[in-house]
Amino acid sequence: MTTTVHVGLAATVTGGVGASPLRPDGRLKVTGEFAFSSDLWADDMLWGATLRSPHPRARITGLDLGPALRIPGVYAVLTHEDVPGRRLYGLEHVDQPVLAADEVRYQGEPIVVVAADHPETARRAVQAIGITYEVLDPVTDPEAALDDAGAPRVHADRPNLLRHVPIRRGDPHATAAVVVTGEYEVGMQDQAFLGPESGLAVPAEDGGVDLYIATQWLHVDQQQVAACLGLPADKVRLTLAGVGGAFGAREDLSMQVHACLLALHTGRPVKMVYGREESFFGHVHRHPARLRYEHGADADGRLVYVKARILLDGGAYASSSGAVVANAATLGIGPYDVPNVVMDAYGLYTNNPPCGAMRGFGAVQACFAYESQMDKLAAALGLDPVEVRVRNALHTGDRMPTGQLVEGPAPVAELLRLVQAKPPAGQADFPPGGTANTTRGEGVVRGVGYGIGIKNVCFSEGFDDYATARVRLELIAGRPAVLVHTAAAEVGQGLVTVQAQIVRTELGVDQVTIAPADTAVGSAGSSSASRQTYMTGGAVRAACQAIRDRLLTRLEGRAPSHRHTYRKGTLPSSEGGRAGETALRLADGQVFGEDGTVVADIAELLADGAIEETVQWRHRPTFPLDPETGQGDAHVQYAFAAHRATVDVDTELGLVKVVEIVTAQDVGKAVNPAAVTGQIQGGTAQGLGLALMEEIQVVDGKVRNPSFTDYLLPTIMDMPPMTVDVLELADPHSPYGLRGVGEPPTISSTPAVVAAIRAATGAALTRVPVRPEHIVGV
Amino acid sequence: MDFMTPPTWADALAIRAERPDAVPIAGGTDVMVELNFDRRRPGVLLDLTRIGDLTTWAMDGELLRVGAGVSYTRIIEELGDRLPGLAMAARTVGSPQIRNRGTLGGNLGSASPAGDGHPPLLASGAQVELASVRGTRLVPVAEFFTGPKRSVLAPDELIAAVWVRPADGPEQFSKIGTRNAMVIAVSSFSLALHPGRREVGTGIGSAAPTPRRATEAELFAAGQLPWDTLAALEPGVARRFGELVAAAASPIDDVRGTAAYRRHALAVLAQRTLTWAWRDLCG
Repeated sequence: MTTTVHVGLAATVTGGVGASPLRPDGRLKVTGEFAFSSDLWADDMLWGATLRSPHPRARITGLDLGPALRIPGVYAVLTHEDVPGRRLYGLEHVDQPVLAADEVRYQGEPIVVVAADHPETARRAVQAIGITYEVLDPVTDPEAALDDAGAPRVHADRPNLLRHVPIRRGDPHATAAVVVTGEYEVGMQDQAFLGPESGLAVPAEDGGVDLYIATQWLHVDQQQVAACLGLPADKVRLTLAGVGGAFGAREDLSMQVHACLLALHTGRPVKMVYGREESFFGHVHRHPARLRYEHGADADGRLVYVKARILLDGGAYASSSGAVVANAATLGIGPYDVPNVVMDAYGLYTNNPPCGAMRGFGAVQACFAYESQMDKLAAALGLDPVEVRVRNALHTGDRMPTGQLVEGPAPVAELLRLVQAKPPAGQADFPPGGTANTTRGEGVVRGVGYGIGIKNVCFSEGFDDYATARVRLELIAGRPAVLVHTAAAEVGQGLVTVQAQIVRTELGVDQVTIAPADTAVGSAGSSSASRQTYMTGGAVRAACQAIRDRLLTRLEGRAPSHRHTYRKGTLPSSEGGRAGETALRLADGQVFGEDGTVVADIAELLADGAIEETVQWRHRPTFPLDPETGQGDAHVQYAFAAHRATVDVDTELGLVKVVEIVTAQDVGKAVNPAAVTGQIQGGTAQGLGLALMEEIQVVDGKVRNPSFTDYLLPTIMDMPPMTVDVLELADPHSPYGLRGVGEPPTISSTPAVVAAIRAATGAALTRVPVRPEHIVGV
Repeated sequence: MDFMTPPTWADALAIRAERPDAVPIAGGTDVMVELNFDRRRPGVLLDLTRIGDLTTWAMDGELLRVGAGVSYTRIIEELGDRLPGLAMAARTVGSPQIRNRGTLGGNLGSASPAGDGHPPLLASGAQVELASVRGTRLVPVAEFFTGPKRSVLAPDELIAAVWVRPADGPEQFSKIGTRNAMVIAVSSFSLALHPGRREVGTGIGSAAPTPRRATEAELFAAGQLPWDTLAALEPGVARRFGELVAAAASPIDDVRGTAAYRRHALAVLAQRTLTWAWRDLCG
């Protein structure tokens, strides 16, 4: 469905900012024709496969590659010794081996890679490799790992404590009339993207390699792959292949270096595709967490203090754990105004599966705990759960526990009131248990619960966060057309659609082509942290504005009949005007004057040649946190969402049917309302999954359910109808006033669902996912 | 790996006899998962989908003979009136796509303790027809399973059909899963009332090494139900029935649930299904 947005006085732009044009990949994905990275093909290509450790911690005592090498059709069997460059990689700390050398630190760690002329041959070769281990006791309890003297070190050269972020605000010894405490636990959630890790590496004549890959950030992959291959960056060229979901799981490397190594070694293209089971070992997961909170409030329910301790299990390698810890700490008391805060968040190395980025990134774990605490506080005070939240709601001008001023809209109370005011949910379509005929109403009780969360948007703590866009306005067959080239990863969120919308609005040109994302243009930064529409959108917009300025200068010196006074003026901000912006408008392929008359055709102005601009665009700077006090303006922008969940619970069987979810979220500006709604629905579903079923079960460092048979994702029978309220309260600092959309819905839906189950059952439910046995208490 | 597609049942049995490394495949909803997960590398895949007889059902005297290749979807659509308990179970199997492909014979062949088709077959006293070049035999479902994913099926045998008496009273099937669709049973329970002979049939799924009956519970209910008066069910009878069903299970803790919860849930399901079935019988 295409809607039309009015821009300025004179003309309209179809498919511009604020419209919801159809996404180009939508039909292909629905009909199964979209080419994902796993569909890549090259003539003469080989297939890669990986030998992985079955043990969470072991020393490799023997390795015999001979049996694999002797299999006909096997072209390469490579180990850590074949890594020509740096043998380690990592996003924050370079601590993860490309291929394990002497010791393996988690179950599934890659040790040997094989290339063969058939995938089955490659798998057989992996099985034929002779390998012996001395199995060691794994470090699996993060609490024990914290004790540097007591627990073995996961990495001999450093303590198990990966990062500690303390935050101190106000009086650490504040006391309060009403005190509630709680201990909470969050299980290990998986991003569970449907397109497994996959890509194709093609050796190039210049000694380099071209890698076609599903990833979230081409340039950070390029940097790491080049370092490991011992090649300059310009010899390692990456092109984005069709991405089947990401959610954070493609921020770290998986098979990138392996495929390139095999390709360079064999001189043949090498394709690697993980199977579903392997995928569970091929990427990082959401950090499991243990959280201890103490909330003190006065008799009216106003928070006096919060003390919290958050333990995040980072698993065997650092990945992005440091940033996750900082998020958990800085966002860990929620969107509330609290004068006194003592927060300590810790990230630990263990021999559990490595954890890193996943939608919500540290804010998810904390939100389950602080929202559970707010409900406890409400109960202790005899207050309505929304009322106690509203009384403590963060407002514009308040300060976060880090001391950072909350600028721009912070509609916390408004979002809560919005979801509360919606009419109560009606009858459920079916009872808990779905089609499985478990109840005819026996034991079924309804409950309603609320949650609200806060998330930072873009990268934080002084990171030099930028995006690059190259935009070219030219004549094609006599008509103006725009080519946009960025390295920004379309991971299903709809970024390519948004880029075209921005171009249409800024340049008034309908025909926009988005070039494939690759490393031939500068970095776009990661498609994560809810940042890509903000950042790459901002860069595309800035490039368009530079083009428009150059285009309009071409008006000068033209024939008198077409001459127009080119002057700078300021449009009202309600029309998107900025100081110093020309009052001329571009729309419908034409330049319009202030009075709405056509001044020139864009096509005419392009007769002198195409205009191309490449812009590197940054958000306003952030700053590190003080390592002792956690004070600092670490974040760019805050985003908020609230949820109300209504559930029917079979209290005798512990089965849950979420009947309805109501949500309200401030998105600043809905650049593409359909995509925004999709993000909110999808994020909410992922939060519902964490509340009720999604968990990688790890026992003694081993994953027990690496399949979609036993790692359960919500189905359409689990996800209820949603009512979505989208607020557009512009952020003065961001392009179009937009606010990152992707993560907030994941954060608060989990506590809302659990609160609703508590309301129905009275069960304490201190752990997610909630299991039936927790509800019935057996 | 060889892929063989015999056009007739006799050909299939001959291949099965010659190739002990053959794995029969019909819908492929179990076998293909095993292959994809690299848990199995059969020498031969023996495709049974060309054998038309396997996908038919018919009354034979007082019994229904349901071909091993009849899909869950067809059980729901074509046999819902005669085998309501089995149809209820079929509705809970996987997704629509799985129900279109998956077959009753495949369910038996996999012999999973969690197979959704098994409890209703136990409750209605069905028999499994096994065939080989040596001949044909009938095995009561209750004797078919010997352990987790193990059965009495001999290496040269194929499952030909299931023989079952059409329902002669109310039947029920209930299944616990941790999501509302597309889930493997945490535990399940099937009940069949046989008012004509004043008997009660049961089947427990996913709560023991094999699907099994709750014999003591069956006898208790048969003895306690007021068959003559069709009076309302005493709550105490339903409760005791639930306890006996739970006691008949020997569940384990695994990724899908705890033993304690499975037992608890079975007691609740048994109590509820008996209440519903009795109410249905009394009109």
